[in-house]
Amino acid sequence: MLNVTIDGQKLQVKEGTTILEACELVGVEIPTLCHLKHLAPEGSCRMCVVEVEGARDLKVSCATVCGEGMNITTMNEKIHAWRRFIVEMLLADHNIDCFSCSDTGKCKLYQYALDYGIREPRFKVQPRDWQIDDTNRFFDYDPHKCILCRRCVRVCNDRQVNHTLNLSGRGIDTVVGMPFNELFIDSNCVSCGNCVSVCPTGALATKASKNYRSWELAKTRTTCSYCAVGCQMDLLVKKGKVVGVEPADGHSNKGLLCVKGKFAYKFIDHPDRLTTPLIRKDGELQPASWDEALDYVVDNLQKIKTESGPDAIAGFSSSRTTNEDNYTFMKMMRGAIGTNSVDNCARV
Amino acid sequence: MIRTLEDLREFKIQQEERSRQEKADKQAKILVGMGTCGIAAGAQEVYEAICDELRQQGIEDVVVAQTGCIGFCAQEPLAEVILPDRQVLYGHIDAEKARKIVTDHIAGGQVITEWAVNGGSLLPKEQQAEAEIVNVGDVPFFKTQVRIALKNCGVINPESLGEYIARDGYQSLAKVLTEMTPADVIEEVKKSGLRGRGGGGFSTGMKWEFAHKQPPGQKYIVCNADEGDPGAFMDRSILEGDPHSVVEGMAIGAYAIGANKGYVYCRAEYPIAVKRLNLAISQAKEQGLLGENILGTDFSFDLEVRLGAGAFVCGEETALLASIEGERGEPRLRPPYPAVSGLWGKPTIINNVETFANIAPIIRRGSDWFGSIGSENSKGTKVFALAGEINNIGLAEIPMGTTLREVIFDIGGGIPEGKQFKGAQTGGPSGGCIPAEFLDTPIDYDNLAKLGTIMGSGGLIIMAEDTCMVDLARFFLDFTQEESCGKCPPCRVGTTVMLDMLNRIVEGKGEVEDLEKLKELGENIKAASLCGLGQTAPNPVLSTMRYFWEEYEEHVRDKKCRAGVCTALFQYYIIPEKCKRCGICAKVCPVKCISGDRQTPYVIDQELCIKCGACMEACPFDSIIKQ
Ligand SMILES: Cc1cc2nc3c(=O)[nH]c(=O)nc-3n(C[C@H](O)[C@H](O)[C@H](O)COP(=O)(O)O)c2cc1C
Ligand code: SF4
Ligand code: SF4
Ligand code: SF4
Ligand code: FES
Repeated sequence: MLNVTIDGQKLQVKEGTTILEACELVGVEIPTLCHLKHLAPEGSCRMCVVEVEGARDLKVSCATVCGEGMNITTMNEKIHAWRRFIVEMLLADHNIDCFSCSDTGKCKLYQYALDYGIREPRFKVQPRDWQIDDTNRFFDYDPHKCILCRRCVRVCNDRQVNHTLNLSGRGIDTVVGMPFNELFIDSNCVSCGNCVSVCPTGALATKASKNYRSWELAKTRTTCSYCAVGCQMDLLVKKGKVVGVEPADGHSNKGLLCVKGKFAYKFIDHPDRLTTPLIRKDGELQPASWDEALDYVVDNLQKIKTESGPDAIAGFSSSRTTNEDNYTFMKMMRGAIGTNSVDNCARV
Repeated sequence: MIRTLEDLREFKIQQEERSRQEKADKQAKILVGMGTCGIAAGAQEVYEAICDELRQQGIEDVVVAQTGCIGFCAQEPLAEVILPDRQVLYGHIDAEKARKIVTDHIAGGQVITEWAVNGGSLLPKEQQAEAEIVNVGDVPFFKTQVRIALKNCGVINPESLGEYIARDGYQSLAKVLTEMTPADVIEEVKKSGLRGRGGGGFSTGMKWEFAHKQPPGQKYIVCNADEGDPGAFMDRSILEGDPHSVVEGMAIGAYAIGANKGYVYCRAEYPIAVKRLNLAISQAKEQGLLGENILGTDFSFDLEVRLGAGAFVCGEETALLASIEGERGEPRLRPPYPAVSGLWGKPTIINNVETFANIAPIIRRGSDWFGSIGSENSKGTKVFALAGEINNIGLAEIPMGTTLREVIFDIGGGIPEGKQFKGAQTGGPSGGCIPAEFLDTPIDYDNLAKLGTIMGSGGLIIMAEDTCMVDLARFFLDFTQEESCGKCPPCRVGTTVMLDMLNRIVEGKGEVEDLEKLKELGENIKAASLCGLGQTAPNPVLSTMRYFWEEYEEHVRDKKCRAGVCTALFQYYIIPEKCKRCGICAKVCPVKCISGDRQTPYVIDQELCIKCGACMEACPFDSIIKQ
């Protein structure tokens, strides 16, 4: 364990803890743009600097590990001026379109401009003429709003390992895109949407997000219902309707989702969705109450079991239910019905 | 195959015997400087003309050989006629002159003094024919140079391993492998005081020690031959003129740190360097000086050339490593330093070409000898590429501590056309300028830092009175802005904002407030950038502001460019009273914007004028001024 001091607070941290992680432990918030949990730190945005006593320059906290006896200051004039400069530079090369941007309210750049006292940028770089890519079914990409934090590129290459996104050009012409300037629709993108989830600005935004503002949303933590991995997610709910999904940092998914978890939530309000049990009567499926339906199932199962024995019955459960439900189902088949013929469709 | 120390000694003796024999058999040797610079100036034709003329005249006892850059680029193509009693270095020769040299000098025994650099060629016309031939080493350009890194350049045939060995080549490698432990080698390099010649000036011995101290296992040694600094070409000259010196230096470094594999990351725009380097590597492999169990010891070392990706930033060490790994050439955050975690995460030492070229001499002649050259904290020599407004454009290797005045006026021969010296830029786009008041500062790492500039890789660009310092700063920033990798916002956006501002200033659209903003931006970019490119990119602007603030003020306040470089800030103007109405100006004007006739004085239509200056040059009566 190492002893460090953060803004006068003493604490002990494990070897290898970054300054940023140590700050989190004592509840000191540090502004970050390129840093993202589960991605290797790259220290490129230069936003998260702090002062370490005795060091010549300010240090990027996301990529500097704590040393024994380090005395860290997380805010002073120098730090403030440095961070302000970073935000000022990013704003100088940004399509400032906050009124209609779908990220308004949750955009990190917007937040930091506020925090560091920038009302009006003093500088402006000539905008480049980049193509807005709206060919993906679920999200749009506007390079003019990109701050090149490169989180999307790293998540696509290092975590989703799909190698769709890369960087091209250099200097002020550096841009996130796909090899040979492909569009999303022509690329190998699997629409997992993880790049969109990690984008701190409105550069990569879901199509649906045009219709809500972050402050209108309630978030509900849940488990994805598509397969048995158990990804944790937050349903974004506006006025009682699910309008989007954000990945949560769950044990099994660590902030990632697949295309189904991220985007296939529309079934919830789909008119074709079954909302009551149906019982076939006179050759037609007809709505029934749960009591009615369960009685029907129990009666028939009992009948088959008495007439033909338990092995005449087999059970097959859906992978779109939770592990717990599947377990209960297996117990029911073995214990209550008495057969080992039970299976589940999860085979991915 | 050279398998043992004894073999190497034997090889050297044979080689010396061979050249003795050659000297006895042949009456003369003609060396043609065939680096890229020489070839570009026409050395290939000269070489062929000499061979052809010798053949035609039936002269057989003359050896013609190529060599690397002789250094005196302003005089290219160069050919040196070496006779037992004296050497004559001919400059500015072409095929025709070459044939005459064969006829007069070789066949007729008559030196053509007016073409000889060590004769009359550098003197005023009327004295040329009368001049005496002096030793080449006594020519002012060469006189105060001390050649360590360039010792073989312009002397040996770079494509001959034998000639390298005859001049003590691979003796140092043999010495370290048979007499020294890796720790001894590091100690010797540390004691010599050698500092990296690639720009940073970090102690080479100390750097090696970091890698040496890493636990044994896979380690790498890399030579940085990316040389992207505009105006610098010393690394190219060394690779073209003496590639084995780099191979030997790297092998010694590899032994010291415990590496068995090395890469030379060489600028792809240097095809001759790449070719000669590859040749040197294959010769060394053939002779067993690279490969398994070198000189019968258990040291094995393999070397490979990798072509640069064509970006300035790829010269930055971490970007260079990323590029070798096949990634986008972008710097990575340090620490960890490459000496701890470099190529593919393994301990890696990266040194510059010139740094490696100094290693074998240090081992052979000892750290005390090396330490006796140079100044207190900067030992040895530095190769400078003299460029810009200077008579003797070329490469000069000078002991550290030489003053700028000596370099510019003694070695460099001063400023052309009697113009006034204004400043010198060191460190290229990462460095700064030194104004005339500091001409007597001894050049070394510390003094340059005090003046707000850096040694850099050794580019030395001389500016005269007609250089606009604002435009100069703009030029360098234009380069760095374009070469930024785009990874971090201070450099990516900051340099662009600064460049936009400077562009407006030279176009006469600047405002007084811009100057303070430029300074503020510059300081912030330096502080906040991730790598050395951004951390130094504002230097040319900040240093010209420091020494030439009034010029900036004139540009923004008075909209004037005193050097007459920024075309938006001056006009050509015909003084009506002085105009003799000859109409010559109107004839030469390429856009026909001058009108007038025998009765009316000529006037320039300022709207149409493209400011080429042709009229002013043509006017026989000096009636046109720039204002
Ligand atoms: C933008 C940039 C470009 C560089 N280009 C070169 C180069 O072309 N050649 C070189 O030797 N070093 C270059 N360097 C310095 C290298 O990063 C490194 O410090 C050097 O190769 C180490 O070798 P040395 O210790 O022998 O000087 C560059 C550094 C930066 C920041
Ligand atoms: S949606 Fe997924 S696969 Fe497609 S670019 Fe984004 S991260 Fe890569
Ligand atoms: S698109 Fe978003 S996540 Fe990707 S680099 Fe730009 S700002 Fe960052
Ligand atoms: S300072 Fe410039 S070159 Fe270096 S990492 Fe940042 S953007 Fe790239
Ligand atoms: S968050 Fe630390 S440098 Fe970007």
